[in-house]
Amino acid sequence: MKGKSLISINDYTKEEQLRILEIAKDFESNPSQNLLNNKVVATLFFEPSTRTRLSFESAVCRLGGKVIGFSDSSSTSVKKGESLKDTIITVSNYSDLIVMRNPVEGSARFASEVSKVPVINAGDGANQHPTQTLLDLYTILQTQHTLDDLHVAFVGDLKYGRTVHSLVIALCNFNCTFHLVSPTELKLPSAVKIHIKEKKLAYYQYTDLNDVLPLVDILYMTRIQRERFSDPLEYERVKNLYNLNKSMLEHTKENMKVLHPMPRVNEIDIDVDDSPKAHYFQQALNGVYVRQALITSILGLK
Amino acid sequence: MVKELKVSALENGTVIDHIPSKSVFKVIKILNLENYENQILFGINLESKKFGTKGIIKVHNKYFKKEEINKIALVAPSATLITIKDFQIIEKTSLQIPNYIEGIVKCFNPNCITNIEKVVTKFNLVPDQEIKLRCHYCEKITGKNNLAFI
Repeated sequence: MKGKSLISINDYTKEEQLRILEIAKDFESNPSQNLLNNKVVATLFFEPSTRTRLSFESAVCRLGGKVIGFSDSSSTSVKKGESLKDTIITVSNYSDLIVMRNPVEGSARFASEVSKVPVINAGDGANQHPTQTLLDLYTILQTQHTLDDLHVAFVGDLKYGRTVHSLVIALCNFNCTFHLVSPTELKLPSAVKIHIKEKKLAYYQYTDLNDVLPLVDILYMTRIQRERFSDPLEYERVKNLYNLNKSMLEHTKENMKVLHPMPRVNEIDIDVDDSPKAHYFQQALNGVYVRQALITSILGLK
Repeated sequence: MVKELKVSALENGTVIDHIPSKSVFKVIKILNLENYENQILFGINLESKKFGTKGIIKVHNKYFKKEEINKIALVAPSATLITIKDFQIIEKTSLQIPNYIEGIVKCFNPNCITNIEKVVTKFNLVPDQEIKLRCHYCEKITGKNNLAFI
């Protein structure tokens, strides 16, 4: 994977994805490894982020590398109207690797074409967020000790959630059964279901969260975002449909784990946090290991 | 016959026949014939047994490469390509939509980088009955109903 940008999850084969997870496991048991001596990683965040940016920067710091970049493009020449192309060419002269989040879809692919150094997509609008997918896969593997033949439920906004789309596509390589819980207006788009059908896997659609609770190994919760609705009444109607609380975990499988890409609002009650089945903070921590694995393999150090 | 007099015969070159009348100017643009220096004849709203009306373009002394001519399949899928040498028809072929299209079609997604910065559009054809083009950049699918040309 040396020198290979990661823009879409499908840029990496199943084997390459598994290799990243394997390296991540090594970082989990030994997170501080001084591999990035004299290396500079640029983190260009054109829109806000907590977990993604900080876990990338934490990953670089724990590897002994240096970070340059910005978390808000208003303090840069972008504000003066500089093009993305010029920004990327300039920054690629200053760094060994670029990590970028940009609200414009396709911006990451374009950046990888003009950059002299590899680019990792940390989110391009509603399009792709492949490092989230890798850390989700890692977390599933960590909790279930396999990625094969699992029953996975996705709950909430399945229409617009890019993390859901990419993870569903990635899990299609592992013979999963999909349980899709959403309001009818936020169902998984057919463009994503095509991937499930191509692999001849089973998927079931529900509107009631309680129907899937006893069935699944992974419960992947998502936030329903207010900004997706043109009608505020519609949002009010669906926003409290899927609130997971501790008592609902009683009839779930022993090995079941609750995941969430975060930030959460009210879809997971805070009383779930203490349950051994809650795994979303660990999931966010795994982001550091997976990003360490990705950075070191792209730079040819692992 | 009166019909034949409308457009004079070609000694050497290419005839693009059965173009939908409304697409003739788009074909001229896609093939960059606006900057071609030899003689070009074209007709619009001509009678056609198959289609009611049709358009036709005759380009003197020019033979197109397959990948070049196939670009017009997006606007004129029914077009026939006729190669002529010494007034004789050498070959008659239909068009095929290319698997990869660069720089002709506009991505319908307003939030795609190609609509925000100066980036040449690139699409891959999605195998389907209808025209479906997946943007190389934003990965959204531009379909038949929102197909627009640059």
